[in-house]
Amino acid sequence: MLLHRLRLLPFLPAYVAVYFLFLYLPILLLPVFSFNDAATTTLPLAGFTTKWYASLWGNTVLLQAARNSLIVGVCVALISTILGICAARAITRYRFRGQRPATGLIMAPLFLPEIIVAVSLLMIVLQMGLELSLVTVILGQVVFCIPYSMSVLVSGFEGFDRSLEEASYDLGETAIGTFRRVTLPVVAPAIVSSLLVTFTISLDEFILAFFLSGTEPTLPVYIWGQLRFAAKLPGVLALGSLMILASVVLLTVAEVMRRRAERRTQATLVP
Amino acid sequence: MSSAAIASSPEAVKPAPGSRWMRSEEARGLAMISPTLIYALALLLVPVTLVVAYSFWTQNYLEIDRTFTFENYRQALTEPIYRDLFIRSLWISLVTSAVTVGFSYPVAWFISFHGGAHKNLWLFLVTIPCWTSYLLRVMSWKVILGYGGVLNTGLMSVGLIDEPITSLLYNANAVVITLVHSWAAFAILPIYVSLQKIDRSLIEAARDLGDGPMRAFLRVTLPLSMAGVVSAFLIVMIPTVGDYVTPKLVGGKDGVMIATAIQAQFGKGANWPLGAALSVTTMVLVSLVAAAVVLALRFAVRRIR
Repeated sequence: MLLHRLRLLPFLPAYVAVYFLFLYLPILLLPVFSFNDAATTTLPLAGFTTKWYASLWGNTVLLQAARNSLIVGVCVALISTILGICAARAITRYRFRGQRPATGLIMAPLFLPEIIVAVSLLMIVLQMGLELSLVTVILGQVVFCIPYSMSVLVSGFEGFDRSLEEASYDLGETAIGTFRRVTLPVVAPAIVSSLLVTFTISLDEFILAFFLSGTEPTLPVYIWGQLRFAAKLPGVLALGSLMILASVVLLTVAEVMRRRAERRTQATLVP
Repeated sequence: MSSAAIASSPEAVKPAPGSRWMRSEEARGLAMISPTLIYALALLLVPVTLVVAYSFWTQNYLEIDRTFTFENYRQALTEPIYRDLFIRSLWISLVTSAVTVGFSYPVAWFISFHGGAHKNLWLFLVTIPCWTSYLLRVMSWKVILGYGGVLNTGLMSVGLIDEPITSLLYNANAVVITLVHSWAAFAILPIYVSLQKIDRSLIEAARDLGDGPMRAFLRVTLPLSMAGVVSAFLIVMIPTVGDYVTPKLVGGKDGVMIATAIQAQFGKGANWPLGAALSVTTMVLVSLVAAAVVLALRFAVRRIR
């Protein structure tokens, strides 16, 4: 065993370190070059500047896209988390026929190429004679976000002690009252975590927004339009850095909340 | 009777159909899931069914002819341009998933066996890059691999090369590198979960019975983690076959994939039935290849054992 450890140990951590570099370097490059005082992304770096960030403020098209993204993100987070709560609660609390196919259908977007989901939604929207707008983006992104919301919520709801709710019923509380006063406080961190995760996905989601947004671009669609112009690259790098920062902050908070949710449901298991 | 006993009773004693208890538990479960289920039916199942239906119809200018026909599939499967795109898309997604799984397995193994008390932190660090915008990640690879990009100018300023390497960007390799980077965490998570489930005493037993570390790994750890490897393979392969952004941004002419052709049929090309047939064919082909890969992996593991 000792020999085996000695042989593997220096090699494997080095490999893991290289792997993490591979994961993180491309993402760290965007902020590095967003502060670089040159219009091209060449090494060595030219000098420090914040002018690319300053240039973002005056850009009304960009600010409009950011507003669109915010509206879509908030709506998607709320709707997909509410629908996720229903489904997660149903499969962790009840057993019924058709549970597996129903769950399979709801989780299916995880296992489908996104372009096929996008194309099929585009067809149904145009078939029904609806106009492409932020509403269609929201409808589409909710389909895509429910599986993520559900996996966060199911892990938060699992292990929740039913007898707490039964006690509440026995003491005369209604179903709604029990949910609000017993269930909700225990699962609240999981719900917050789901809201943050789905908001982040919506903020970064491109394909569905690209197909379904019509004339109102979200931030990723706006960035896609800018990529054609080489001169716009530094501004896009600055915007991208801000979006990455937002994603990382939101996800860190979501992770902290998710762990708190796990600890809480485990705490209720202790007799 | 405890609540656990009530919950397990339907398996033991089947209540008569229509019994009160059955009705209430089932009805409440169905009522609870119905908003989500109806949403998924309306905005996932119905649209996908419509795509399948369209793939058997034809289009004359703006009129849709609802006569059943295989004409779109004949076009999708026999026209050289689509055939090449299918082959390339399947090949790229196959290589991407093999490379992703191969490179990620040791990391998942490391976290599971040597992660210590901070396994969750390790997993969180692995997933963070995958949650940042996918469009931005592809863009940063374009910045790295470009003609005047970070890698070329970096190597030139160090003096390793005299002129930029042109073969980095705008080919299938660039697409594979970018996709591997995008999907790494999706491969690590299922492998990690399956490694966590392995009873460590089985590996010790193999060692005690005289297997070396490599043999113990090949005969115990690897076969027992196969479920994770298979799901990692599928979770990377199926979505990457229809990737649109990566081939568009870093693929160039030699890296075009089927999604570009599908998009064209719904945009300027405006031939929905053909676009639908291309979508359905993509799904069927990738499912077939995925099934073949799963079978091959199972067979390989049985041979090792």
